[in-house]
Amino acid sequence: MMAIRRQTLVLATLLTPVTLFLGVFFLLPLLIIALFSVLTPGLYGGVEWAFYHWNYGRIFGWADDIIEVYEPIYLQILMRSLGFAALTVLLCLILCYPVAFWVSRLPHRWRMFFLFLITLPFFSSLIVRLYAWLLILKPSGILNTVLIGVGAISEPLEILYTPAAVVLGMVYVMVPFMFLPLYSAVDNLDRALIEASMDLGATRLQTFLKVVLPQTLPGILGGAVIVFIPSVGNFIVPDVLGGAKGLMIGNLVEQQFLSARNWPFGSALSMIVMAVVLAVLLGSMAAAKRKGGQNA
Amino acid sequence: MALLEIRNARRDFVTPEGGKFAALDGIDLDIGAHEFVTLLGPSGCGKTTLLRSISGFETLDGGAILLDGTDLAALPPFRRPVNTVFQSYALFSHMTVARNVGYALEVRGEDRASRERAVAEALEKVGLTGMGARKPSQLSGGQRQRVALARAIIGKPRLLLLDEPLSALDRNLRQQMQIELKTLQNTLGIAFIFVTHDQEEALTMSDRIVVMRAGQIEQIGTPRAIYRHPKNRFVAEFIGETNLFALTIDRIEAGQAMARTAEGLELLLPAGAAKVGDKAVAVLRPADFTLSDQGIAATVTKAVYLGSDLHLFVQPAVGGAEIRVTARDSASAPKEGTKVHLAYDPAAPHVLEAA
Repeated sequence: MMAIRRQTLVLATLLTPVTLFLGVFFLLPLLIIALFSVLTPGLYGGVEWAFYHWNYGRIFGWADDIIEVYEPIYLQILMRSLGFAALTVLLCLILCYPVAFWVSRLPHRWRMFFLFLITLPFFSSLIVRLYAWLLILKPSGILNTVLIGVGAISEPLEILYTPAAVVLGMVYVMVPFMFLPLYSAVDNLDRALIEASMDLGATRLQTFLKVVLPQTLPGILGGAVIVFIPSVGNFIVPDVLGGAKGLMIGNLVEQQFLSARNWPFGSALSMIVMAVVLAVLLGSMAAAKRKGGQNA
Repeated sequence: MALLEIRNARRDFVTPEGGKFAALDGIDLDIGAHEFVTLLGPSGCGKTTLLRSISGFETLDGGAILLDGTDLAALPPFRRPVNTVFQSYALFSHMTVARNVGYALEVRGEDRASRERAVAEALEKVGLTGMGARKPSQLSGGQRQRVALARAIIGKPRLLLLDEPLSALDRNLRQQMQIELKTLQNTLGIAFIFVTHDQEEALTMSDRIVVMRAGQIEQIGTPRAIYRHPKNRFVAEFIGETNLFALTIDRIEAGQAMARTAEGLELLLPAGAAKVGDKAVAVLRPADFTLSDQGIAATVTKAVYLGSDLHLFVQPAVGGAEIRVTARDSASAPKEGTKVHLAYDPAAPHVLEAA
């Protein structure tokens, strides 16, 4: 009896700091944003404490066209952000999956070296690395100079300030986050399962689809979620590489808070992003569970 | 014609130090269509490499493996009419028992109804009727073993390869599975190649045992032949408990040779083609000796109780190595320090071909 009480006490002591920290610095701001999203924008920034549903009306189409104007562009930008994020997930997955297999088969020392390489980008600032991409992608940049030099193209490619540049940048930023959970799942895959499958007559493709993919699915889903969520709300990459056509919902929110000084509208946009991400997340988890259930 | 013919199979591995060693060093072996053959040897002897060469997960550096006269070299593992029971079972944890068992048929594209029938039949064969809906994680070790077995036999292979499949089971279950495996092999009427380092398993189940060492075959024979007539010291010592005597033949009379160890211990051997003055190594199993009123004078140095039997370590009076003797346990059984005499049937000693 005493032992249990003691355990509870120790647990409570250990959990209190993190609970307080998250409560003050995560939950409270979230509540503030939720509240702001239904308050009236102040004339010179800030908020007025009166209920106001047109923040959402501007986005979804019930604005009065006098004070607030409905613009379908907001939802379009949201959809574009979701598309960019999904594409980023897909490209990261395609890039990382074979590499994870390759690295997991290397001798221990080389594995450690490649895992170190994967974490290397974290050693320098994201902004600095993105400006390096700017130097590579711009019309007179390294990529175009090389391509023209070898005669592959005659005119510089217009990559910078296009959606392609944004996705490219996001893939670059997100690859480590996809690789690590994927590598962990691939590394834990029992090679004997692959041999058993082939031994039982399954071709390499059948083995991949029926054994390797389902066995590494937790890593794939983990990586996809970790890449998708920050990608949807990313504003740094489109800010540096995107230009007008590469604008994402994150930039919109940033503008509302910093330039337009319309905190309630920015909050409403944030709430929608959160709701959509949550819905996508729950939906994919349910789908994965159903898929698992079919296998069961 | 034999079902499986292995001709001068060679496989070299590169050691981490850059050296080369032969995991398979010229293996020749024929296996009949209904035979239970055990590959027996210490770890690193090449038995698993040989098995994996048959299943297709290792490629030979020389020689050939023929099934029904067809060279398997060009066939990838999934095209070989051979299935494997893996040491770790290698069950697909994301599938039910039934889907695991039916996997070979699923990838062949058989329809659901015939698959379900075959799965039920295979599960019945291994005594797991009604377990189909479970996940492998919900089974005991012995049950997983049976699932692996059912999964490997459902495709009706010509040849079943078993890679130390019983090593993870406890002793009682292992003995039970040994009998079941042998029965199953008889029922299926296919060839089994069983890899183990456990000589008891080999003796219990096999039609023939192949004793391997360092990539080579030391001896092929029935369990009785291997046990009673080991070719050399390695086989004699690897299979069962053994007493080895290095002898010089003293005299020969009436088809019997009298031989003597360096310490002067005298043994009677079947004479064979031996001449006086020849060196010979003789094998006597612990059970070949009986405690008697006359014979080799010796003192018991240690008595190990094994239930119905006693295992005695006996020091001959003339000196030399201790002799191991199995004796029935009884109230009058010798204890440590008891003086005894050891007798044996003069036909029992087996002389090795090569020491």
